[in-house]
Amino acid sequence: MFRNQYDTDVTTWSPAGRLFQVEYAMEAVKQGSAAIGLRSATHIVLATVNKATSELSSHQKKIFKVDDHIGVAIAGLTADGRVLSRYLRNECINHSFVYESPLPISRLVIQLADKAQVCTQRSWKRPYGVGLLVAGLDETGAHLYYNCPSGSYFEFQSIAIGSRSQAAKTYLERRFEGFEKYSREELIKDGLFAIKETLQGEKLTSAICTVAIVGVGEPFHVIDQQTIERVIESLDIGDEDAPPPAVAESAADEPTASQEPGTAPMDI
Amino acid sequence: MALRGDWVYENNGGTCVAIAGADYTVVAADTRLSVGYSIYTREFSKICTLADKCVLASSGFQGDMKALQKNLCARHLIYQHQQNKKMSCPAMAQHLSNTLYYKRFFPYYTFNILGGLDNEGKGCVYTYDAVGSYERVGYSCQGTGGTLIMPVLDNQLKSPSPLLLAARDAVTPLSESEAVDLVKDVFASATERDIYTGDKLEIIIVNAAGIRREFIDLRKD
Repeated sequence: MFRNQYDTDVTTWSPAGRLFQVEYAMEAVKQGSAAIGLRSATHIVLATVNKATSELSSHQKKIFKVDDHIGVAIAGLTADGRVLSRYLRNECINHSFVYESPLPISRLVIQLADKAQVCTQRSWKRPYGVGLLVAGLDETGAHLYYNCPSGSYFEFQSIAIGSRSQAAKTYLERRFEGFEKYSREELIKDGLFAIKETLQGEKLTSAICTVAIVGVGEPFHVIDQQTIERVIESLDIGDEDAPPPAVAESAADEPTASQEPGTAPMDI
Repeated sequence: MALRGDWVYENNGGTCVAIAGADYTVVAADTRLSVGYSIYTREFSKICTLADKCVLASSGFQGDMKALQKNLCARHLIYQHQQNKKMSCPAMAQHLSNTLYYKRFFPYYTFNILGGLDNEGKGCVYTYDAVGSYERVGYSCQGTGGTLIMPVLDNQLKSPSPLLLAARDAVTPLSESEAVDLVKDVFASATERDIYTGDKLEIIIVNAAGIRREFIDLRKD
């Protein structure tokens, strides 16, 4: 697949009808740390793994609020992701300014896809090396889209991208049929479970992941670390393969403390 | 009214007042929108809450008021995305000045007052002309009733001359309820003589607890 004479320019087709530069850009997405999204009828959860290059540095920001009703998670070249998020934010602001109403997410992803497509058809440009999970609400309900560097976009019930995402995908494929009816707590739990799958044995803590949610009556926001830590606690009690029980709202219902070091102390 | 064929502005009247206190700011404006000797509506809000500690009151041409408010709200969103926090009142004050001066040669026909809490939680009021010249003051009024109200505010609120006493904060020692009562009184007076002021008075009080809104009836003639 690699290193052949048709892969120098994005504007060069291969004899088999492929644009290798675009495909290489999709590879860049697979190198980025994992991002997953899952949606129910009323809420969408985005979760990402925070990979830092070294213990000394901070991790990259992979979840961006685009508007009150839309957020994105990215995997791949985070610089490209940041630039595209700025574009998405601008589009939402401009639409709100002109039409005094929120930009429907289906429109936004098409504009984003068109922007990505331009880079696949100009010899002086390169494709964006980032995949975006766009989560948002509009009049037609909750939606989750995946925009890839090729300029295509697809709608998903749930999706995982980035490195070691196959493990998360397998987990999600087993359970996605129930997602439509999930409560927001169940969505968050399953999101964290999926993230745990991508960690392949590494411990899941609230420091290593970022979770954001948007839903009916709930503007897009990143969930704070303490709440995530509490959910993680309740995850570790249950059997890994058994369906996680519905989480009660108040902390008083949380089960007794686990022995894991470094986790937040809890009420017993 | 004889106007030039290319005159694009219209004065929709109205008056705004703002008073800064030690830990609160009162911003008030009437709700009448007029043109010439007619009334467009009795229920038009001239006040826009830009951030949780920052409130803008404008009078003048309604088209420009609306455009200016929308402009500022959009720029505020961008600021929040980039800085991860809401704009402070002093920051918004400078930004409003820049926005107004940007259109120095085709101005926003708006007379603005920005009120809110500064970074230390003290009340602040900024007063503007149509092209962005601004100043932080302890109190201000703009609009068609401004000339009627300003002398009363001066009489009640102006601190003694700096020649007599060391200059200090221009913030009034009045309590919040006293300031609100003063605002109601000055508006009642302005309503008597200014045809463009009346109908209802919208009062916004910004303090540490947030933003509170009150409506008072004014004379409808």
